[in-house]
Amino acid sequence: MNMTGVGVSPGTGQGPAFIVTVSVPEPPEGATYQGEADQEKQRATDALQQVAGVLELRGDRVGGQAREILRAQAMMAEDPGLAVAVRGFIDEGIAAPRAVYQAFARFRETLAGAGGYLGERAADLDDVRDRVIGELTGHPMPGIPSEPAPPDEAGGAPRPYVLVAHDLAPSDTALLTKDLVAAFVTERGGPTSHTAILARAMGVPAVVGCRGATSIRPGVHVRVDGTSGQVRVEPPGSDAGRANGSDLGQSSGGTWAGQVAARDAGGPGRTSDGHAVPLLANVGGQSDLDAAVAHGAEGIGLYRTEFLFLGRNEAPSADEQQQVYRAALAAFPGRTVVVRALDAGADKPLSFLPPSDGEPNPALGERGLRLLRRFPDVLDTQLEALAAAADGSSAHLMIMAPMVATAEEASWFAGVCHVRGLASAGAMIEIPAAALRAESLVTVVDFVSIGTNDLAQYTFAADRQLGTLGTLQDPWQPALLDLVHRTATAASDNGKPCGVCGEAAADPLLACVLVGLGATSLSMSPGALPAVRVVLAGQTLGQCQLAAQAARGMETPAHARAAARSELPELARLGL
Amino acid sequence: MPERRVTVVAEVGLHARPAATFVRAAAKASMDVTVAKVPGGDPINAKSILQILALDVRQDETIVIKAEGKGADEVLDELAKIAGSP
Repeated sequence: MNMTGVGVSPGTGQGPAFIVTVSVPEPPEGATYQGEADQEKQRATDALQQVAGVLELRGDRVGGQAREILRAQAMMAEDPGLAVAVRGFIDEGIAAPRAVYQAFARFRETLAGAGGYLGERAADLDDVRDRVIGELTGHPMPGIPSEPAPPDEAGGAPRPYVLVAHDLAPSDTALLTKDLVAAFVTERGGPTSHTAILARAMGVPAVVGCRGATSIRPGVHVRVDGTSGQVRVEPPGSDAGRANGSDLGQSSGGTWAGQVAARDAGGPGRTSDGHAVPLLANVGGQSDLDAAVAHGAEGIGLYRTEFLFLGRNEAPSADEQQQVYRAALAAFPGRTVVVRALDAGADKPLSFLPPSDGEPNPALGERGLRLLRRFPDVLDTQLEALAAAADGSSAHLMIMAPMVATAEEASWFAGVCHVRGLASAGAMIEIPAAALRAESLVTVVDFVSIGTNDLAQYTFAADRQLGTLGTLQDPWQPALLDLVHRTATAASDNGKPCGVCGEAAADPLLACVLVGLGATSLSMSPGALPAVRVVLAGQTLGQCQLAAQAARGMETPAHARAAARSELPELARLGL
Repeated sequence: MPERRVTVVAEVGLHARPAATFVRAAAKASMDVTVAKVPGGDPINAKSILQILALDVRQDETIVIKAEGKGADEVLDELAKIAGSP
């Protein structure tokens, strides 16, 4: 059986399917228990407490926004009103699992009926309910594997799973490692969904938007091609395909990851004819910094500063910020570090930076630079901290503004940075208007960096979070390639660097095309660096330019990809 | 019975983090604590996150918090402070 979705993290992976269940069956109506009511009540209480403990623990391990959600869920499991209702149903003779189900239903109706924010809490409540019922009935808990599958023959190695789910939440995936997961397949989600970003960060192949995937039987052998989007499910009992996986892009050299490891000599990113393309890392916190160094990043192309600000009641002080920035600069002495000024608003609201009015469409509202212009003190403190951190550091610090629409905005930002003594100020290109007027915009800044995720969202008026619009967010869309080309050409004509820091740069084939379009550096999740480095080193700049031209000559993402591939023959040998 | 009237100023109302903080504090009290919307709402158990969420207190709405017994004033002061925080 074959299925197809959208390949969002390259390479191939295979293993037994692990289906992440999202709900446990409803306990039958009228189910009764044998024995004492008090014992049945104790069983229910124990299950509720057990689930609360697990949720609390998991929250402590993941941190951030997921922690808030998980802690609130733990409180739901321990809710006194719920406990009273459960005990009441048990007194009526109803078995604990059904009593729990009915008690939750009572609260669920109120929340779901209210819609909006409360409606989302109903989904959280369902999750708690299923965990408690799973605990009581011994039904496999909704959740993820905690250890790899046992070896399929005596003396073999444990096998990581192919994780299959409707969609994955941050709380589901916080504890995953490469030992557990060989590939991801989800029914929902697009190229910039949480699963896609996580998979690329882990360096694990992933296919999203794959309809019907959760109907795969648990334990069946599944092979996933995160480049083409193909998912192959083997008939039970067949092991013929397992031995020769070459039809899925694995050549005789073993797995894709193994090939990359074997060929990756490290060193700076460049084409086979010596055209240098610095390969930089996207960094959103200390752990990314370590991964960036470990994967041979030549610097940081996108340092997200939001993690310093999220979950707080006021902005961090200049001193506190300075210490964090200093650590980032110290990790890359003599190298480039591009810091993005605080990108708050839209999906990253901050209580101390409220938009001036209710926003029906936050993604089109006051976010990024727009918000910083309303709160110049916050920007000024950040720039002060950056200037202080750069003092005495050998790293080349560059600052860029998020959500720039016009040359006037870019000019304002560059002026503020220059006054602070920050010599290199740039603009992110993620709004089509900025790309369309790149010729004038690049003259007022020191560099530009293209954020492909938001540029795709705004160019196609397609929400990044909606899996159903995945085709429109595909970075291979020729219209998006046109905007990248236009921006890179304008930058080049004015002697300014033009980087790409969206997730598009993490796709090795697309990375070659971006270089062909004129990108002067590429920044991506650290885990994607080795594969991009290896693939880029196999092409000449001329081949990349031909591939870019061929892709732009097409009308659909699939054709663009195919056309680019045909101009890059070296890729076939790598199994891409 | 001792009580406190508070107008909720937080943008999210008594939801999300404020609700969790509020319920956590109420749960520590040794006596029963109730919350009702003003005017005329039915009192609910302040120690129940589900009931607090379902009460759906929005920004600028006023609630009355009641408790009786030893230490009730301290409990009420703390809860009023949480509910009134931006």
